[in-house]
Amino acid sequence: MSHPDEEHVGRAYDRRLMRRLLGYLSPYRGAVAFAVVVALADTLVQLAGPYLTKEAIDHGIRQRDLGHLDHVAFLYLGVLVTGFGLGYLQTQVMQRVGQNIMMDLRMALFRHIQRLPVSYFDRNPVGRIMTRVTNDVDMLNELFTAGVVSIVGDLFTLVGIVIAMVRLNAELMGVTFSVLPLIVVVTLIFRAKVRRSFREIRTVLARMNAFLNENLTGMSTVQILNREPRNFEEFRRVNADHRDANLQAVFYYSVFFPVLELVGALAVSLIVWYGGRQVMWTSVTLGTLVAFIQYTQRFFRPISDLSEKYNILQQAMASSERVFALLDTPVGADVAPRAGVVGRLAAVGGTDPGAFAAFDGRAARPGAAAADGAAPLRVEGIRGRVEFDRVWFAYRDQDWVLQDISFRVEPGERIALVGATGSGKTTLTSLLLRFYEPQRGTIRVDGRDVRDLDARALRRRMGLVLQDVFLFSGTIEGNLRLGNPGLDRAAVERAAREVNAHEFIERMPHGYETAVEERGATLSVGQKQLLAFARALAADPDLLLLDEATSSVDTHTEALIQSALQRLMRGRTCLVIAHRLSTIQDVDRIIVLHHGRIRETGTHAELLERRGIYYRLYRLQYAGGGRGAPPEQPDEPWVAGAMPAIERFTDLS
Amino acid sequence: MASVVVTNGIQLAQPQVLRLTVDDLYRGVTSEKLGRYALALFAIAVAGGVFKYLMRRLVIGISRHIEFDLRNDLFAHLQKLSLGYFQHHRTGEIMSRATNDLSAVRMMLGPGVMYLVNTVAVAAVSVGCMIAISPRLTLYTLLPLPLVTLSVWVFGDRIHRRFEAIQAHFARLAARVQENLSGVRVVRAFAREERELEAFHALNREYLDKNLELIRTWGVFHPALSFLSGIAALLALYLGGREVVAGRITIGEFVAFTVYLGMLNWPVIALGWVINLWQRGLASFRRIDEILETVPGIRSRPGAARPARFRGQVEFRGLTFAYPGAHRPALRDFSLVIPAGHTVALVGRTGAGKSTLLSLPPRLFDPPPGTVLLDGVDVLACDVAWLRSQIAFVPQETFLFSVTIGDNIAYGVDGATRGAVERAAQIARFDAEVRGFPNGYETLVGERGITLSGGQRQRAAIARALLRDAPLLLLDDCLSSVDTQTEEGILKGLRQEMEGRTALLVSHRVSTVRDADCIVVLEDGLAVERGAHDSLLALGGRYAELDQQQRLEEELEAS
Repeated sequence: MSHPDEEHVGRAYDRRLMRRLLGYLSPYRGAVAFAVVVALADTLVQLAGPYLTKEAIDHGIRQRDLGHLDHVAFLYLGVLVTGFGLGYLQTQVMQRVGQNIMMDLRMALFRHIQRLPVSYFDRNPVGRIMTRVTNDVDMLNELFTAGVVSIVGDLFTLVGIVIAMVRLNAELMGVTFSVLPLIVVVTLIFRAKVRRSFREIRTVLARMNAFLNENLTGMSTVQILNREPRNFEEFRRVNADHRDANLQAVFYYSVFFPVLELVGALAVSLIVWYGGRQVMWTSVTLGTLVAFIQYTQRFFRPISDLSEKYNILQQAMASSERVFALLDTPVGADVAPRAGVVGRLAAVGGTDPGAFAAFDGRAARPGAAAADGAAPLRVEGIRGRVEFDRVWFAYRDQDWVLQDISFRVEPGERIALVGATGSGKTTLTSLLLRFYEPQRGTIRVDGRDVRDLDARALRRRMGLVLQDVFLFSGTIEGNLRLGNPGLDRAAVERAAREVNAHEFIERMPHGYETAVEERGATLSVGQKQLLAFARALAADPDLLLLDEATSSVDTHTEALIQSALQRLMRGRTCLVIAHRLSTIQDVDRIIVLHHGRIRETGTHAELLERRGIYYRLYRLQYAGGGRGAPPEQPDEPWVAGAMPAIERFTDLS
Repeated sequence: MASVVVTNGIQLAQPQVLRLTVDDLYRGVTSEKLGRYALALFAIAVAGGVFKYLMRRLVIGISRHIEFDLRNDLFAHLQKLSLGYFQHHRTGEIMSRATNDLSAVRMMLGPGVMYLVNTVAVAAVSVGCMIAISPRLTLYTLLPLPLVTLSVWVFGDRIHRRFEAIQAHFARLAARVQENLSGVRVVRAFAREERELEAFHALNREYLDKNLELIRTWGVFHPALSFLSGIAALLALYLGGREVVAGRITIGEFVAFTVYLGMLNWPVIALGWVINLWQRGLASFRRIDEILETVPGIRSRPGAARPARFRGQVEFRGLTFAYPGAHRPALRDFSLVIPAGHTVALVGRTGAGKSTLLSLPPRLFDPPPGTVLLDGVDVLACDVAWLRSQIAFVPQETFLFSVTIGDNIAYGVDGATRGAVERAAQIARFDAEVRGFPNGYETLVGERGITLSGGQRQRAAIARALLRDAPLLLLDDCLSSVDTQTEEGILKGLRQEMEGRTALLVSHRVSTVRDADCIVVLEDGLAVERGAHDSLLALGGRYAELDQQQRLEEELEAS
């Protein structure tokens, strides 16, 4: 058991976690109470069966009283129908509660994730966060549906059977219960063995699946290295381990069931022997005997169930610990402005403060919807003056990605950021969007420190076009409406027309209603670019942040993109990470970033004349070729003047 | 099978003893006789238990053994399939065949068989005994039982389908979360959080509804089963009681009858379940069989050549190659003869056909006949395993297995000594770094161990290939993630290793390829320039441009 993929086995009960978990039950208090009552009633009904059998035998059949037999049979039927109804109700109510709590928890997690700082996603792989929202929450479902209420039901059943037996015949019960310790011991031993066996099976299964998965993924490596025979041997071995671990469990089961029946048979034999003598000599009736045998048989299940609950509890504790850890991760500074970081857990504020609170739903954690703290300044519209004042930033420790960056963009000005990969261009835009907070220095928009502005409202005023166009599942239209959900179809179409996207959208199978498949895998690079432009334009931003794509497209699309770009930039403050010569030549000013510092500033002509870094970058593009270059269209020559060549600005280093 | 029948035979004796006991109770019986009855009951239970144990172990055990064999066959067959197969079938899909489908087949052969035989045996004997007691009573009490089987079958199937729909929806939910997480920056930039919440809420709501749908079915199913079998018991009690009162059967027979009826309970439920198991198992088996019936795309011809020695001459003769299903050929009319012991370098853009060319000699894909020859023999005429054993290949993407670093380097060689592994690592300039790892060569790689950087992975792959000690070396851009200084060192070591070996290497760096005997510039599947470094520079073509660009890069980096 030395494999790290072994499941985490923790305590089965943790008061702190349990209290917090039960807190999620509280909105459904009524339903839970009802379920408990139903469970109790169900138990009573279950217990009635053997008793009625006894009645039928002793007073009906033995007394040859057909009227009584009819009466009892009728009652029995009633019991069956009631049992059916109660059983149905119990499952329904508890499963509903469980499902609702899962939904509450999922929403709470998802809501919290929307407010975690962007840096959290740099540190935590997507897969891990996903597991929290999906599998861990599912694990808790077991606790709520199979755990809480049925523990009560099982205990009640056990007590009920004991009482019923005592009332029938205490002496006979003593005889029957002499085998009870045996049942408990057998069951506990079996459960312990099977639990260990299942753990072993899971471990081996995980190992086998990992091996299989790895071999399927790396099959060409396996084949090229002639590893097939040896890997087959290895697979055979882990497969055999898997088989043997399962055979072990089969063994336990094939011992357990007969032994359990044997103990049952022992009880029956004892009842026959002891009870039979009593029938002869004393007052015990045949009906009592039969009822006893039936009660004995019903005693096994709750005991076996209860021992299973321990497992569920253990796993639920481990899952809830992980889920709560995520929920307790502090939210980002961008949604919790300086004044009230601690108090502002639920309400996000900004233009519509109730947006998140609306989804807090019924199961919001007590105290989550805390006071609003100091409200950040509203952002109604920005003129677009952007100022970086001695900004320093590092993703980690003292690894400065940006050093002492100061520049100012006046409203309506177009600025190009130029530099090799890793020079800090993208980081700079991330700071402006408040994905990260600079360690030193200040960023101002319209003269106000961005930390005093509501981040979400500020972002609404900025348009962002990224190199890798991220399309969401949904329709094309939905994607174009991304920044402004209230937009009508006509406005969306107008934006698409403006940036030359309308034509190809219209040509798609369902036009604007066409579904985006696999994040736009079916669309070409150029089409995705145009969609991103339309998306940004539809939102009508005051400040445009544009990261030009480096991928090459055919000349026709390139022309479309260029004219679209001009229209997009018209009349707006623009900050462009530029790769294309035409874009660079059109801007008002070029800022050259190199190793995290601003090294040169000026117009295209000025910078060329200076013969510095910009000049070298420019010549480098002119030289063409280079590694990592995208596949070339056949009709484009290797060096077709500046255009295709200039596209590879970022493919350096 | 025999044990199933014996088990049930023994089991069915129990009610007979009970019948005698109860009847004797009313005729007067000695306590010794009662003791004997009790003992008989217990003895029957012991004998029954032993056989039940044997039955379960045998039948279920056999199904586990069959599963084992089938899984081995599946894996062995998958190993024979070509790269093309794995490019067209997702790993998850194949995994699902090897896990879920196999387990469905096993359920059919194990519990599916056991409970089927069990049901038939129990039904035959106990119904026989019941008829012997009272045919009329038997008829009435058995009436609800087919309903039980039917409802298990129908409900079971519906539950299964609903459950699968829920699983599918769960996958959608997970995909949505994944999309949100990977697009977190876009979500924030467009202030999309509320929309995302709404969309997620809607999906969650739908998931909830789907679950409630299942619960509705599920909630009826279980109570319905106990209701139906309760009805059977009630009928036995009521009708049986009337028979006793009427004096047609004894009270002992009545008790025995109820017990027989109780015994039918589970087999009847199991029958419905068995039908489902068989339906699912057969469907799964068809899917598995589909893989097993797939003919490997690349395989050795009967009587394929396994020459004793491969001298190292490689020839491409008028090679035009297109990937299966592709319209444009990846290589066009490519001809090149590499004499044994020579080094040829390939440069060109991504997609120019360099990697494609390297994948043909080891037959990762099959070239057209007569276009790729080793020592003048068509690779198609060579045994695939032999062919690959003659080649040391370093692919562009290094695949490391989750074993130790030492085992990863020795992956392609049986019984490699530690000394040989270390020597290979030294040439790849990896040895010193490995020694710095927590457990040296015993350090685990991958999820449970350490994560290697791109450069480290490449050097591990180079060491792995060198250890193969093969006459032909294929290096596909395997120094791209290594810094210039380390590259220099590796190249020095490699040059010695390449002495006497044929090598074909792909690179983007002039520094890597400059010493090759011949450099070929590929463009869009065509060889556009070829010659030694100096002559290509003098030519002033694409190679010269590449050289100039890399000089500029270095210059810029230094500024």
